[in-house]
Amino acid sequence: MTDRTELDPASQYQAPRNQWLDVWDQFKKHRGALIGALIFLFIMLGVFAGPLIYWQDPQYVPTGREFLKLRDMRPIYAVIWDSGAKVDWAHPLGTDNIGRDALARMMSGGQVSITVGLAAMALSLVLGTAIGVLAGYFRRLDGPLMRFTDLFLALPLLPLLLVAVLLFREPLKAGFGIEGGVFILIVTLIGVTSWMQTARIVRGDVLALKEREFVIAARSIGAPSRRIVMRHILPNVLSPIMVSATLGIASAIITESALSFLGFGFPPDFPTWGRLLFDSVDRMTLYPERVIWPGLAISVTVLSVNYIGDGLRDALDPRIRGR
Amino acid sequence: MFDLRTDMALVKVHDLKMHFPIYTGVLRRHTGDVKAVDGVSFDIIEGETLGLVGESGCGKSTCGRAVLRLYDITSGSIVIDGDDISTMSQDDLRRKRPTMQMVFQDPQASLNPRMTVAGIIGEPLDEHTKLTKSEREARIYELMDQVGLNRDFANRYPHEFSGGQRQRIGIARALALNPKFIVCDEPIAALDVSIQAQVVNLLEDLQERLGLTYLFISHDLSMVRHIADRVAVMYLGKIVELASRDDLYSDPLHPYTKALLSAVPEPDPTLHDTAERVILTGDVPSPSNPPKGCNFCTRCPAVMDICHRVDPEFLTVRPGRQVACHHYSETKNTNVDQPVT
Repeated sequence: MTDRTELDPASQYQAPRNQWLDVWDQFKKHRGALIGALIFLFIMLGVFAGPLIYWQDPQYVPTGREFLKLRDMRPIYAVIWDSGAKVDWAHPLGTDNIGRDALARMMSGGQVSITVGLAAMALSLVLGTAIGVLAGYFRRLDGPLMRFTDLFLALPLLPLLLVAVLLFREPLKAGFGIEGGVFILIVTLIGVTSWMQTARIVRGDVLALKEREFVIAARSIGAPSRRIVMRHILPNVLSPIMVSATLGIASAIITESALSFLGFGFPPDFPTWGRLLFDSVDRMTLYPERVIWPGLAISVTVLSVNYIGDGLRDALDPRIRGR
Repeated sequence: MFDLRTDMALVKVHDLKMHFPIYTGVLRRHTGDVKAVDGVSFDIIEGETLGLVGESGCGKSTCGRAVLRLYDITSGSIVIDGDDISTMSQDDLRRKRPTMQMVFQDPQASLNPRMTVAGIIGEPLDEHTKLTKSEREARIYELMDQVGLNRDFANRYPHEFSGGQRQRIGIARALALNPKFIVCDEPIAALDVSIQAQVVNLLEDLQERLGLTYLFISHDLSMVRHIADRVAVMYLGKIVELASRDDLYSDPLHPYTKALLSAVPEPDPTLHDTAERVILTGDVPSPSNPPKGCNFCTRCPAVMDICHRVDPEFLTVRPGRQVACHHYSETKNTNVDQPVT
């Protein structure tokens, strides 16, 4: 080992490595994040690939004799404590009060909820980060952009959402169909009303970062502002962005539920997790499973995303890496 | 007329001023300026090292950064390698950047914690050259060899290094584009004494091999004596004395330089006890409100009447020696009784 010159020069040194490999190595070490990622993957698979195996129509409402037979069915496990329960293997999670299959509705509701959550989070993240970085980095934009943020923070959001839904639902429905229109509307509304916290946090961090010597060093090299932001500022504000992103998914799913509950979201026969939850609240004592399953789905999704975010944040920070 | 030396100068700074505005009150009105650098002139000849010394807060670092146009300077001219960069647009400046680089004071803060060593050293190459991946890699390894870093460190992150190694990374980054002129902004202030010597020797080595020109900013007089060819002493935003190293250390002219040099610790115990020390009283005046007349008049042990009224000019008193002090200027006798406008 002492005589290095005899070694083949090519094998002596490790070639500069792709940093994302380091990130992945560290992510794998974070047990919570790995479990979270697996659970999230499982939920995604169940929700998007599940309907390919489980062919029940979530919208199908039986009529006549069939209706009486199929309505208010209990989940299959209810026989354990109640041998007389109305169960059927064809409907493992039971049916609701008008005979629609609960598992099929969970799956199709999950598609909407997860898509809305991710899309709204992505939108608010992009908005919040862009505004935060611009306000923090460019002194001239700081005043106007932060007053704009304050303006949004001061708006009463729920009434605003309701009015916006009323105003824009019809034109969007005409353009993109009922579901597409409402989806775009809800994602946009949740996105543009939830970026403010991210923007404020990011701005604060950018203000501190841009006076650091490595940013001045980048300027002395002659890097233009956009590359300083992309290469030096953004990677270093990733932690707070990550935290607000993971929390953002949760609040987006919940806001969508609230809107659907108030009758301003998706149409009543169109299931989402929030909608299922709220529809079942009044008969919760008789049929607890109708609340438990959507509630559990929301919580587990949010929790797994939080853990993924936690692991990503650690993996992206080289100072924590390797611990 | 023109000194031969000025024609060979790589860097010519004339009357450089860097004022930071102060805004006060409800209306944020411009009520004053912090005169961090207030009319500084010097030349640096190709291949030499100009030491810039002074106590903390006197504007050394600001001066160094202003010379590289990291700030938008208030006034003055800076000519580097034949081009006046004082009014250059950011685009033109960007093309000029490869000739002038900087080594920073705090090696921890000057390296992006999220980038690997290879990424940090390669950044200037990405900015200004179009090397292929393998050429870039070869150049990074070459630079790491030059500053004495093990090539295996290329994939590591700054927090995994000691202060001295981090400073080597900073130096390698500054060298990446083959600059002619490097501003060393207290590159050794944050390091251990043993490591200081290593880094300074590395800088000297590199200067010899690559023909670099340094502006070496420091408050460590012994280190400046070791590395610099000429030394400029700064006080409160102005250069008070500029002389070759040997002249300055053996025969300081300006009272402030005398006081500064007498504060250098003396290793010999007998000499230490008998040394005549000039002890300055009082504090440095605020750069936002410098005293009238000479900046040093509030603390000068040899203060005269005129010092409170007239700001001394920065004059060449002997060949290669410039001082801003009334004791050495002809104004001493002629202007004393005249009122100052």
